[in-house]
Amino acid sequence: MSSEAQPQTTAHATGVKEPDPKILVFCCNWCSYAGADLAGVSRLQMPPYFRTIRVMCSARVDPEFVLRAFQRGADGVLVAGCHPADCHYIGGNYRTRRRIALLKMLIQQFGFDPDRLRLEWVSAGEGEKFQKTIIEFTNTIKELGPSPMARGDE
Amino acid sequence: MAEKIKIAQYWGAGCGGCDVALLDIDAKILDVHAIAKVVVWPIGFDGKLKEIEAMPDKSITVSFYNGAIRNSENEHVAKVLREKSAVMIAFGSCACFGGTPGLANVTNKKEIFETVYKNTPSTDNPNFVTPQEHYKAKEGDLELPKFWDSVKTLDEVVDVDYFMPGCPPTVNLIAMAVDAVAKHVTTGAPLPPKGTVIASDKTLCDECKRERVEKGKRIDKIYQAYEIKPDPKKCLLDQGLICIGPATRAGCGAMCPNAQMPCRGCMGPTSGVTDQGASMLSALSSIMNITDKEAQMSEEQIMTMMMQVKDPLGTFYAFTLPKSPLRRIVTEKKRKG
Repeated sequence: MSSEAQPQTTAHATGVKEPDPKILVFCCNWCSYAGADLAGVSRLQMPPYFRTIRVMCSARVDPEFVLRAFQRGADGVLVAGCHPADCHYIGGNYRTRRRIALLKMLIQQFGFDPDRLRLEWVSAGEGEKFQKTIIEFTNTIKELGPSPMARGDE
Repeated sequence: MAEKIKIAQYWGAGCGGCDVALLDIDAKILDVHAIAKVVVWPIGFDGKLKEIEAMPDKSITVSFYNGAIRNSENEHVAKVLREKSAVMIAFGSCACFGGTPGLANVTNKKEIFETVYKNTPSTDNPNFVTPQEHYKAKEGDLELPKFWDSVKTLDEVVDVDYFMPGCPPTVNLIAMAVDAVAKHVTTGAPLPPKGTVIASDKTLCDECKRERVEKGKRIDKIYQAYEIKPDPKKCLLDQGLICIGPATRAGCGAMCPNAQMPCRGCMGPTSGVTDQGASMLSALSSIMNITDKEAQMSEEQIMTMMMQVKDPLGTFYAFTLPKSPLRRIVTEKKRKG
């Protein structure tokens, strides 16, 4: 493929081209997905390096999903759910925040920067917060560079 | 009586406990003796690799391979035995999931050699002499197996027919396997389908006799096993001890919980789950207490709560690290920007 065919490839000052970051975003059906939708219909501009997966609740995000994402080369994983006290299922997000805390410790032990995993509360009305989160997170991931897993290091 | 079947028992990166477990079947060993001839068993009998290599393919009826794959010799023997055996059984947690040796995947060859041959206080090795793979001596060329960075499971290097988890597999499970093979040989009964895990398909909690008193019970504090004397009847997890039972396959008879020790997960995950560690992480997070003040809690406070789990990787992957999605640790490059 010629370089023209990959317009999204970012050229750094060093001249070394790095692949675009791959970010996976889990959005809960009731708040965050609606928030992401609002960001979309409001035409809020965001870096296009994330893929969204809709789940019924942030607590549906099995920790294994996150680890599988990293295994398959995701550079960052964002889990977005309803604000505390707003969960459609009353307490799903409380479980999520405990899991993500523990997962951050775990991925750090596996050698990943814990900032590659982020939890954010985004309500259905917070299109702007969704945009802000995506921009911030994309910047964090760009700073971190490609996932050590994607580099294929032993 | 017809010609005896041939069995092989070999150890890779293991501790020898599995070999001893095979002898623990007591009088059943006579059944084994009645129908089988042991062709190789480094810990028990003689039997040279060359003789095995010279045997026709599939001429060994069953091979029990215990221990993980740590070096080139482990892999070579696994491949030879696979070729020569009709049935290949991954025997014990190390062969099935990497087991305790698999925890070495948090480090690598270089670091292991530095610790073992240089940095331990009792080591005097100023020139940092380490095992060489080849050495030309006067008497001839010497070779040692190649030591790898990562520990692998048996099914990563060869095709495995059956899995017998456990550290070590219990007498009951071994007897079950021996019976199945003996019946197959003597009466022609069919063997279980390929890939069968010779154990229960439920979780340990199903087998554990401890009482789960309150439904929906949540815990405030996590204890290490030495910190408290648990109530002998109640569920250990309810009492704040991290018992991996909910994420672990049954079949061992819940021996550890019966002896007041929380399960560490040696039987591996059930068939419905691939990652035992993530499964337990999820379960444990779900039973951490939630109060009325939850909505006011910051993520930092939640982190402090979860930091009671001192070593998530070592706790949740005590036996299954090489089988987990991430398999081994990675190294981040320095942060830009």
